[in-house]
Amino acid sequence: MWRFVVGRLLQAIPVILAVITVTFFLVRVAPGGPFDSEKAVIPEVKAALEAQYRLDLPLGQQYLAYLGDLAQGDLGPSFKYPGRSVNELIAAGLPVTAELGAYALLVAVVLGGLAGVVASLKPNSAQDYIPMSVAMIGICMPTFLLGPLLVLLFGIHLEWLPVAGWGDIPGDKILPSLTLGAAYAAYIARLSRAGMLEVMSQDYIRTARAKGLPEWQVVTRHALRGGLIPVVAFLGPAFAGLLAGSFVVETIFQIPGLGRFYVQAAFNRDYTMILGTTVFLSTLIVLFNLLSDILAAWLNPRLRAQYGEA
Amino acid sequence: MQKYARVVTGCLLAGLLLACSAGESNVAQGNREGILHFGNGSEPQGLDPHVVTGVPESKIIDALFEGLTRKNPWTLEPEPGAAASWEFSEDRRVITFHMQPEGRWSNGDPVTAHDFVWSWRRALDPAMGNLYAYMLYPVKNAEAYATGKLDDPEQLGVRALDDMTLEVTLNAPTPYFLQLMDHYSSFAVHPETIERFGKATDRFTRWTRVGNIVTNGPFQLKSWELNRRIVVERNPHYWDSETVRLNGIVFYPTENIVSEERMFRVNQLHYTGDVPLNKIPAYRSLPNTPFVEAPYLGTYFYLLNTERPPLDDVRVRKALSLAVDREALTRNVLYGSNNPAYAITPPGTLGYQPPQLFTHDPAEARRLLAEAGYPGGDGWPGLELIYNTSESHRKIAVALQQMWKDVLNIKVTLSNQEWKVYLDSVSEMNFQIARRGWIGDYVDPNNFLDLYITDGGNNNTGFSDPVYDDLILQRAPRAASQEERFALFHEAETRLMEQMPIIPVYTYASKHLVHPSVKGLPANLMDFINVKYIYLEDVPLTEFELE
Repeated sequence: MWRFVVGRLLQAIPVILAVITVTFFLVRVAPGGPFDSEKAVIPEVKAALEAQYRLDLPLGQQYLAYLGDLAQGDLGPSFKYPGRSVNELIAAGLPVTAELGAYALLVAVVLGGLAGVVASLKPNSAQDYIPMSVAMIGICMPTFLLGPLLVLLFGIHLEWLPVAGWGDIPGDKILPSLTLGAAYAAYIARLSRAGMLEVMSQDYIRTARAKGLPEWQVVTRHALRGGLIPVVAFLGPAFAGLLAGSFVVETIFQIPGLGRFYVQAAFNRDYTMILGTTVFLSTLIVLFNLLSDILAAWLNPRLRAQYGEA
Repeated sequence: MQKYARVVTGCLLAGLLLACSAGESNVAQGNREGILHFGNGSEPQGLDPHVVTGVPESKIIDALFEGLTRKNPWTLEPEPGAAASWEFSEDRRVITFHMQPEGRWSNGDPVTAHDFVWSWRRALDPAMGNLYAYMLYPVKNAEAYATGKLDDPEQLGVRALDDMTLEVTLNAPTPYFLQLMDHYSSFAVHPETIERFGKATDRFTRWTRVGNIVTNGPFQLKSWELNRRIVVERNPHYWDSETVRLNGIVFYPTENIVSEERMFRVNQLHYTGDVPLNKIPAYRSLPNTPFVEAPYLGTYFYLLNTERPPLDDVRVRKALSLAVDREALTRNVLYGSNNPAYAITPPGTLGYQPPQLFTHDPAEARRLLAEAGYPGGDGWPGLELIYNTSESHRKIAVALQQMWKDVLNIKVTLSNQEWKVYLDSVSEMNFQIARRGWIGDYVDPNNFLDLYITDGGNNNTGFSDPVYDDLILQRAPRAASQEERFALFHEAETRLMEQMPIIPVYTYASKHLVHPSVKGLPANLMDFINVKYIYLEDVPLTEFELE
């Protein structure tokens, strides 16, 4: 098992290095620079700014200097927010985005898992079709549509929940979490339905039923663990996806998270911020993929045996 | 299993309802406590007046700092700020400012003339990389110093005669100079505070953080949560704190104007920085509407690249401009919230009226196009129009595209570009027609007309006319009176519009939603807010029911 983990971590290093290199050179190729503005910039001022950010050095040297700083954990100063380091901006946005992602994942697992399991118990009946149709709509409906719809209903017409904010007014975390979690809930519903259907036809379930266990115990004690393995495998990448993809929800609900910084950095040509967030998020994605592999192995004895041998 | 499902669903619903115990709204609480909740557009880049550029930054900096003068929001005339009074020399080239006797920084230190000398040297130092350094160019030797041609800051036209007297020497009489004293690039910063955290010209220090920053305006910084809110509170050391009526302001980075409008509707905000276009008719029809609109010192127009065919022919440029029905455009596409523009300078800029040389004239437009060799659109080589990605820019471009098709039977293709790509295309003149807007930094026609001097940094059209350059750069600054100066501007602008290197479309309007409890916040041409005069009346809360 340890060899598996260490091996996967070592594999991650060239992947992340490649991400850094490609991002570093891609952002420089994009037309327009960080100091371009609607009003013409005085050449002397531009030169002074470029010197302050090392942009006056040859590109190769800039790249090596960036790698050197990165090795020491320094992601550099932000171009857009003078006086703020990229480390500081990520540190400010990450807890918010992580909290939002965690709630969204909770929504996704509870709603999606429940719908999937309920649907799998009576396949091809109304109990199956209704939740699965809702899930299909959930997958198809983009967050930029669902978010405003939920706001209109719960925020403006019913006046039950705040329309924007994060941690300012009680209840303002509910709508963003629902919006962000909905699409993932739909995926999880489909995954857990498929997983459960497969497990329910296994011999050990027939054995459990033959022992005379009531159906709900067959499901909760025997079927769930196996049936939810596909869901667990999905959770790691899903959480990473939630962190990197929360931009739309953060914008709709005015949430001070990482997603807004990330996307705006690209529009602003905030080179260090683009690189910093990309490096950070790609590292997270690699780590979460690894975690979900480990978790899946722990849940599935067959996989565990396979890794143990390797 | 179903039992479980019921329990879980029940718990979720209970949690939802518990969380929904609707608390007091920001506006209700703010009215009671004298706190203004202000939708400010975006997270400010920073709070250093010599580093940042941008409208959201200026709103916060205007609350925290104060220049030598501060505009009256009703008349836009300069009122005493850090300077209590000032007088001009006979030739109007030397201004002597007398500092406020009670002027204090938020740590209690006196605000002196030396602070301004130190700050202006900082603002102009090339190492500072201040994008707005040019605002101080009317000061003697400022341009030479800012562009590195002069090393000695002692030669700058600003010096302290003593702690309380500041003498400023100008290159030439500059009628709008006092207005510039209200722009943040000319504000003083607290020298000791900056030097405590680094070099004077460092852009990256922590001096603007809560607990570090020292300011001289009506408010001081209380808290700053990134991308969430900035809170300012009364500065007890402010010289005119008796006039200040608010106890504090909360600035929200409301990037998404649709969300901002929703926040306003449920009383989370007193004021919005903007209003979504499609909501304007509904708000207008409300009794006692919170929708406030006013002419704004800016022009929306298209740049024509006069160096590329077919736009190198003035008849083609004129044909395109005459074919545009600006009345219909502003009425139908912009919901009547803007006025048609026929020149670059907005009408009424300090009383100046720009020339109007043309109107919507399809017949004349067709005639000009035929004369240029494209009768009825025959042989038209095609044109491309670029704009930066935005729904409202797209709507306007589509309307013009259709007008050109209908009137001239010519094809113009539209191409949207991401902001920085668009900026690059414009500055490199890599376009045929490009969308453009210009907002005045100060109220004076000069601010619009000096865009089109030969090789001007913001010209971007290839337009070049030595007579125009002479009028703007030599003759207007030396005019004996404002009437003579405006007559020279009028002559220059007439020449400009005869050559038509730009297609003016409309003049800007500021659009805000302002809660009825907010007083002392008049609409004006600069969309300028003087936070000193704002107060909140405890009016009953309104429900804004839009259809």
